[in-house]
Amino acid sequence: MRKLMMAAAIALPMFGTAAIAQETVKIAYIDPLSGGGASIGEIGLKTFQFLAEELNAKGGLLGKKVEIVPFDNKTNPQESLIQAQKAIDQGIRFLTQGNGSSVAGALTDFVSKYNERNPGKEVLYFNYAAVDPVLTNEKCSFWHFRWDANSDIKMEALTNYMKTATAIKNVYLINQDYSFGHSVRTAAKSMLGAKRPDIKIVGDELHPLLKITDFAPYIAKIKASGADTVVTGNWGQDFALLLKASADAGLKVNWYTYYAGGTGGPTAVKQANLNHQVFQVGEGIANLDNKPSQEFEKALRAKYDFSLFYPRAVNQMRMLAAAADKAKSIDPIKVALALEGMEFDVFNGGKGNMRKDDHQFFQPIYISSLGERTAKEPFDEEKTGWGWKLIARIDTAQTVLPTTCKMERPK
Amino acid sequence: MLELIVISTLNGVLFGMLLFLMASGLTVIFSMLGVLNFAHASFYMLGAFFGFQISRWFGFWPALVIAPLLAGAIGAAVERYGLRRVHKNGHVAELLFTFGLAFAIEEVVQIIWGKSPVDFRVPPSLDFSAFTIFSTNYPAYKMFMLLVSILIFAALLVTLKKTRIGLIVQAALTHPHMVGHLGHNVGRIFMLVFGVGTALAAVAGVIAGPALVTQANMAGLLGPILFVVVVVGGLGSLPGAFVASLLIGLVQTFAVSMNGSLSGAFGPLSPDYAATWLADIWNVTIAQIAPIMPYVLLVLILIFRPMGLLGTRDT
Repeated sequence: MRKLMMAAAIALPMFGTAAIAQETVKIAYIDPLSGGGASIGEIGLKTFQFLAEELNAKGGLLGKKVEIVPFDNKTNPQESLIQAQKAIDQGIRFLTQGNGSSVAGALTDFVSKYNERNPGKEVLYFNYAAVDPVLTNEKCSFWHFRWDANSDIKMEALTNYMKTATAIKNVYLINQDYSFGHSVRTAAKSMLGAKRPDIKIVGDELHPLLKITDFAPYIAKIKASGADTVVTGNWGQDFALLLKASADAGLKVNWYTYYAGGTGGPTAVKQANLNHQVFQVGEGIANLDNKPSQEFEKALRAKYDFSLFYPRAVNQMRMLAAAADKAKSIDPIKVALALEGMEFDVFNGGKGNMRKDDHQFFQPIYISSLGERTAKEPFDEEKTGWGWKLIARIDTAQTVLPTTCKMERPK
Repeated sequence: MLELIVISTLNGVLFGMLLFLMASGLTVIFSMLGVLNFAHASFYMLGAFFGFQISRWFGFWPALVIAPLLAGAIGAAVERYGLRRVHKNGHVAELLFTFGLAFAIEEVVQIIWGKSPVDFRVPPSLDFSAFTIFSTNYPAYKMFMLLVSILIFAALLVTLKKTRIGLIVQAALTHPHMVGHLGHNVGRIFMLVFGVGTALAAVAGVIAGPALVTQANMAGLLGPILFVVVVVGGLGSLPGAFVASLLIGLVQTFAVSMNGSLSGAFGPLSPDYAATWLADIWNVTIAQIAPIMPYVLLVLILIFRPMGLLGTRDT
């Protein structure tokens, strides 16, 4: 009897998943849902679930329902691989992840190896936010697609703008101590050095990733350095707490950031009273004069109490649908081939394309600043009353950087 | 430069005092029960979450009183109905018990309050800057944290050294059997000390919650450092824990503010190294290794002075 029950316990869930897998396409969302990264991980999850509902309302992927299955990776590469394996064991063929390039690096390797060993059962990895340039250069993989502009593209855009801001004299770099933070600081140093040799780098800080709960010592150091501008790639809690500490200490500098719009960021900026002194580079903001994206923003805000932080996720999900339509299949290899080189009308307006050589998506890039709004900025952030104002738009063609990728394609 | 030193000292002392609030309970519990309470930092977390919840209902000030009392009551119950029974099975069982308890508490907290940080804010009455030195504002709330820590330290010291209860506790630390023979209820003293120790950790949680981040992994972030404090100060030594807390608070804060690296100290001796794996070690700054400094200290102390700075017996 006991044996029978055990057999049933093992067999039943297997039948269950097999039966469901025919009607739904599952996408594994592997991101932090606990620990320091949880605050943004949860928002990413809800964003993807919202997007899945949008797809399902239009008939899903070739008539199949899309379902987002959350897996908590605790921002840990090791844990991510366990979760990825778990997802694959459940029959999931599409993985998506974004928070942490260290995680993304591990996942790319894992997916490439898995696909090599399991022909016919390939899985695809959609990267919506990990921006370490390595992922589409040295470490590029056929199975990896990136929808966010990589760190070098963003820094190129940011420094092009900083070049024109003559008030900048002393720059302080503070970044998270892992692959992405390193690439931000290296790019910032070399690009600023080339474009504005008169700027002095007065500090170059690396701090542990998502472990610091009080940035006061770092703020004291920034203050002592005499910096007038801080450049940071910090995201999630590491940005919000950094700004919170700077608000407490009354540090008044300009901030050039990648992710000031993340959870808690705008609140901290408002608290620090840095009106249009915090800049962000990204692929879109709510206050762009573009009707479809504004409609989407309204719908999202009506359902949840956060704003769209991941326009790239919208592109990703809609392009997945377009690729499935084009390939007339949801087989990962066919979807991947359909995605390669795909031209797409991006969410925030304009054209984008998925470069075949390295699977990097290119799209218009925007620089914006957070502060008081005018009639042109209908949306505020985190109920602060402040919103993003467009400062500069960089067209897709001007964001294209060369790649060193030598991609191995399936035969 | 002076500005950096003053601010770093303030920040360091503040962090040190917070550590001490927690370590004091831990070290006293160790010297009495002979067990390292792995779940101690969990009571700090419980304090923060209770504080968050109660301040939602009744405001921050009631929370500052009720949350530690609640956590202390739970602590006392853990000692009375958990540790005391486990004690029969020896020290390893006790250790494992507290180890498991830490995970259980974290899991329960996650179930009740979720995994992401809760919005525990500084009370409006303390949300201003206390003073400005060298054009840097120092938040009033941090001064308040410092004040509370110092008050509690003073109260603890007076209670232990000057009152009858303190005398009995001190006696029970070293001669539990004799104290028992003199007619005191040693079991109750143990329970009391465990309760007070965990309540102190909870006080630290309530006041640190709004300033730092209140989330389910906060025990994990601070727990290991507590043991460093207790070992460096000397197991069971209250003054030792005080000195070690301040030391670690200051070391960590000052390390962050320093930029020196091996290559800075010696210059890039050989340009050949620049391209090798050695370059990484060569260029790491003191600020980058700040988080591991306490553990380096722990290792060094265990090697060269196993009884700790002010401890009286070997570990």
